[in-house]
Amino acid sequence: MRTLKFILEKEFRQIFRDPAILRVLFIMPLIQLMILPRAADYEVKNIKLSVVDRDHSDYARKLVSKITASGYFQLDHYTASYNEAIAEVEKDKADLVLEIPAAFEKNLVKEDEATLFMAVNAINGVKANLGAAYLRTIIQDFNSQVRTEWIQFPRFSPELNIAVTSSNWFNPSMNYRLFMVPGILVVLVTMVGAFLASLNIVKEKEIGTIEQINVTPIRNYHFILGKLIPFWVLGIIVLSLGMLLARFAYDVIPVGNLLTIYVFAAVYLLAVLGLGLLLSTYTANQQQGMLLSFFMMMVFILLGGLYTSIDSMPEWAQVVTRFNPVAYFVEVMRMVILKGSSLADISRQLLVVGAFAVFLNGWAILSYKKRA
Amino acid sequence: MSQNIAIQAEGLTKRFGDFTAVDGISFEVQKGEIFGFLGANGAGKTTAMRMLCGLSIPTGGKATVAGFDVYRQTEQIKRNIGYMSQKFSLYEDLTVKENIRFYAGIYGKSDAFIKEKTAFLLKELHMESEGSKLVKSLPLGWKQKLAFSVAIFHEPGIVFLDEPTGGVDPVTRREFWNMIYQAAANGITVFVTTHYMDEAEYCNRVSIMVDGRIDALDTPRELKRSLQAASMDEVFLKLARKATRNAD
Repeated sequence: MRTLKFILEKEFRQIFRDPAILRVLFIMPLIQLMILPRAADYEVKNIKLSVVDRDHSDYARKLVSKITASGYFQLDHYTASYNEAIAEVEKDKADLVLEIPAAFEKNLVKEDEATLFMAVNAINGVKANLGAAYLRTIIQDFNSQVRTEWIQFPRFSPELNIAVTSSNWFNPSMNYRLFMVPGILVVLVTMVGAFLASLNIVKEKEIGTIEQINVTPIRNYHFILGKLIPFWVLGIIVLSLGMLLARFAYDVIPVGNLLTIYVFAAVYLLAVLGLGLLLSTYTANQQQGMLLSFFMMMVFILLGGLYTSIDSMPEWAQVVTRFNPVAYFVEVMRMVILKGSSLADISRQLLVVGAFAVFLNGWAILSYKKRA
Repeated sequence: MSQNIAIQAEGLTKRFGDFTAVDGISFEVQKGEIFGFLGANGAGKTTAMRMLCGLSIPTGGKATVAGFDVYRQTEQIKRNIGYMSQKFSLYEDLTVKENIRFYAGIYGKSDAFIKEKTAFLLKELHMESEGSKLVKSLPLGWKQKLAFSVAIFHEPGIVFLDEPTGGVDPVTRREFWNMIYQAAANGITVFVTTHYMDEAEYCNRVSIMVDGRIDALDTPRELKRSLQAASMDEVFLKLARKATRNAD
């Protein structure tokens, strides 16, 4: 116990003396939480539209002005030539091409039927998909407008319509930030837990102090606990700071019990710290550690359900996410903060992450060789 | 085993795959002796030293350090030795006092002991005003002297020094060796590796390793006489030239 006390004393001194770590601890969460939820947004605005108008009719103009008035589209180019419009797409100036054929108005009025053509720049998949969907909705809307204008009393009833009204549970106004903030917090806690800890150990390897530690009576578990405990504490501090920030900057007030979040975070941190330890035993210097951490973090975030829903991933990817601790914490955070889930509701996630903690730490301790 | 023996090795061997780094070395180091452990780069010095410190398990042979077995009692060995590695091993981002406190603490020394001895030590080193400075702000020579003092702060029976004076100026080297003599006078056995042949002259006895084996072991005077060499430099060159193994 006394040995551990001296180790902890040393670790905390070093951590609080290192301006880089302090910056990572306090400024990084602040910036990430202040900027990311405001910037990372699913809504697509400013879709650049290039219109090929071969009709030059009243209705064509009405349609175009309706589209631009929606606020989602910017009219980039208005031309009569399809090739010219496609050239705009090739130059990446336009995202969408809408072609209004020559007899648009005539067909619409006479035949009750008109066709439009849409070409989508699918390089940015999300923007293309959403843009096309928005455009379709606007055109449909325009369509029914025209119908009501022209067909005052229909000879036969128009096609059957099913109107759908929906209500959004747990996040009634579909506040995107409410959804993102908890997720970003998870990423922050993970970075502190796994990567600061692993870099810290690798640093001792790099400067050679670990060799000195190895000839002292410090035991394996002393050394590991000496590294785990400070970063566990730091992880909890970062989580608390983040929760405060979420509360005051975004009005994110957990519906569920804060204690539930902390209980889960406590176990979760053990798991990611175990991962950090493991990384440190397989890397020889901080550069390797950084690269490996960076790689892992990318996978964790992209397969963590933070930006994209896990349910819509292909099956093999869903299997991968089951081994991703970040995915569990993101899920739990959202459950507790938005839904008010209790400890009983998250018991499955808690168990899984607990198992990760045991497995990763066990592996790390076995592979941390005090003797070559 | 005699009460006066600090380190005893018999046929100590370390193999990495089919490479034999240390090839059955045998020697004894008396208590309070300054034992020079010489050899060209790659001769196997560091590997031998790591086995004696309990950092590396031997492949074969026997050895005891401070009466403890290098196979089974490595934790007891660690408790009874001091070690100063080739690489500077104090924490640069801790102050002088914090380094001392940390290393003394992990050897189980009491707060009172640490406090008293720290004050005494800083005075000895003429570093009273540097106690609260970060170690990284000290000149290299001071750092090395401090590292040595920290290595013997917990009053071990044996101290292992792995090229302790690399890169240090001649004056500081001389001061460093005065500290070694003082430690030996206080009964600490000193096991030291070096590439400076003038330092070899300061040792009570010197062993010279060539290709993993100890080729010569005697007092500097005897070595010079038997090899008809004028200096330790010449002794070393005569022996080390026989090496077939490439330096690392």
